[in-house]
Amino acid sequence: MPSSSNLERVLADGRFAVTAELGPPKGTNLGVVERKAETLRQCTDAINITDNQTAIVRMSSLACCIRLSALGLDPVMQMTCRDRNRLALQSDVLGAVASGVRNFLCLSGDHQQFGNHPGAKGVFDLDSIQLIQTLAGMRDSRKFQGGDEFSGEAPIFVGAAANPFADPQGYRVVRLAKKVRAGAGFIQTQAVFDLEIFSAWMAQVTARGLHERTAILAGIVPLKSVGMARYMRDYVSGVIVPDAILTRMENAADPKVEGVAIAAELIDAIREIPGVRGVHIMAVGWEDIVPVIAERAGLLPRPLI
Amino acid sequence: MIIAQQKPLEEIREMVAGHRRVLVLGCGTCVTVCFAGGEKEVGLLATSLRAVLGKDVQVAEATVQRQCEWEFLDQVRGAVEAADAVVSLGCGVGVQGVAERYPGTLILPGLNTSFLGLTEAPGIWAERCLACGDCVLDLTGGICPIARCAKSLLNGPCGGSQDGHCEISPDNPCAWVLIHDRLTALGRADLLEEIIPARDWRTSHAGGPRRVTRPDLQAARREE
Repeated sequence: MPSSSNLERVLADGRFAVTAELGPPKGTNLGVVERKAETLRQCTDAINITDNQTAIVRMSSLACCIRLSALGLDPVMQMTCRDRNRLALQSDVLGAVASGVRNFLCLSGDHQQFGNHPGAKGVFDLDSIQLIQTLAGMRDSRKFQGGDEFSGEAPIFVGAAANPFADPQGYRVVRLAKKVRAGAGFIQTQAVFDLEIFSAWMAQVTARGLHERTAILAGIVPLKSVGMARYMRDYVSGVIVPDAILTRMENAADPKVEGVAIAAELIDAIREIPGVRGVHIMAVGWEDIVPVIAERAGLLPRPLI
Repeated sequence: MIIAQQKPLEEIREMVAGHRRVLVLGCGTCVTVCFAGGEKEVGLLATSLRAVLGKDVQVAEATVQRQCEWEFLDQVRGAVEAADAVVSLGCGVGVQGVAERYPGTLILPGLNTSFLGLTEAPGIWAERCLACGDCVLDLTGGICPIARCAKSLLNGPCGGSQDGHCEISPDNPCAWVLIHDRLTALGRADLLEEIIPARDWRTSHAGGPRRVTRPDLQAARREE
């Protein structure tokens, strides 16, 4: 059963989709979320709300998604397996669906060691593929993972992440295939900077026909500074920043302008790669730049379906 | 085997403070092999304790074959009951074994029990099993993703696997890289395509403290 998600409708209509990421505040002010969301309203089809991203405690994805839904936006609720067991995850899905949330992104979650509670116990009751199966089961048979039926419908659009740049290379597409088989209808990838590796990965994806069974949205991270580019290259696991991009950032008179230009060029190139169905722009902490990038990349206006 | 490490001397000294007759009790099995609580370590700890506790405190030494079996614990009844406090250099099982056998004596832990593992190289021990109670090693090329993946992922590597190691530490090989490489080498890459469904964690500690019963052995015991 299709959800009433705007993202799913845009993809079903064959449009090149645009989603963006919004990081909730480390505090109690929901107004910050509303302002960021309004910035993204006209230039995106759906807005991802991160779930304690990098294992740092922030306002819950659930609360932010409910608010966005009330504002007539289409949130993508990120859910990590790190912080909640299958009871809590499914309970949150029921509450989110009841409040109008339709898109869910199933993630393993960054290891708790990286965040502001490094001594926390990671849950990992389910892994991300088992979470996809759980949500697809809730949608298709109105049953919990444990087998019990629940009342009402769960018309949800289930998504997952994929990282074309992590190891082992030989397993990356296999793992994507498992996610698709588990029920993932859309995929948002890790940040793409290296088009060569990404194209090679997409060739494997299309060779297996996976692009026809799921919608692949390529991840875009706009670089704000040389320091950020170096940090992404050196410290973010599973991200590859080629020397050519680093050199451009180093030589730029205005790194922010260069970062926007690089992002727009990457989007242009990615649109030409067979099988890619959209982009997912991750400018956490720099959400204001998303409309600029979308404009530069010719992604506006967004379709009304 | 069970791998353990000795607690800092200062912590042990604080635990035994105020007691006049202290017994340091070693264990001759796992913790002897990993150089944490065997006869040699008992001697070293007892010597250190005598030095820091002074002449007024008697520090005795004993080591049993295994602290997790009543028959061995019964062999040191005299030494245990003569002590005000026993510092067990057994693993957590050993400490509790001694405490259960000698309910009237204070038993203190001299070790921190680390994990179930093996000796990778002299001086290096590494975890291999979480005793989750439902072995999947047939599906994963003999490499356990529950014990060796930092997120216990059952269906492949997360996005943090790079250059063959785990995102949490360059010293920690990515379990799923090892599994991928080994299954591929064994001609069983097909297993990588299988989805392992959500686990029933009741076989692990999630189901509460576990107990194994073997009626056949119980019957044999009664006939003896």
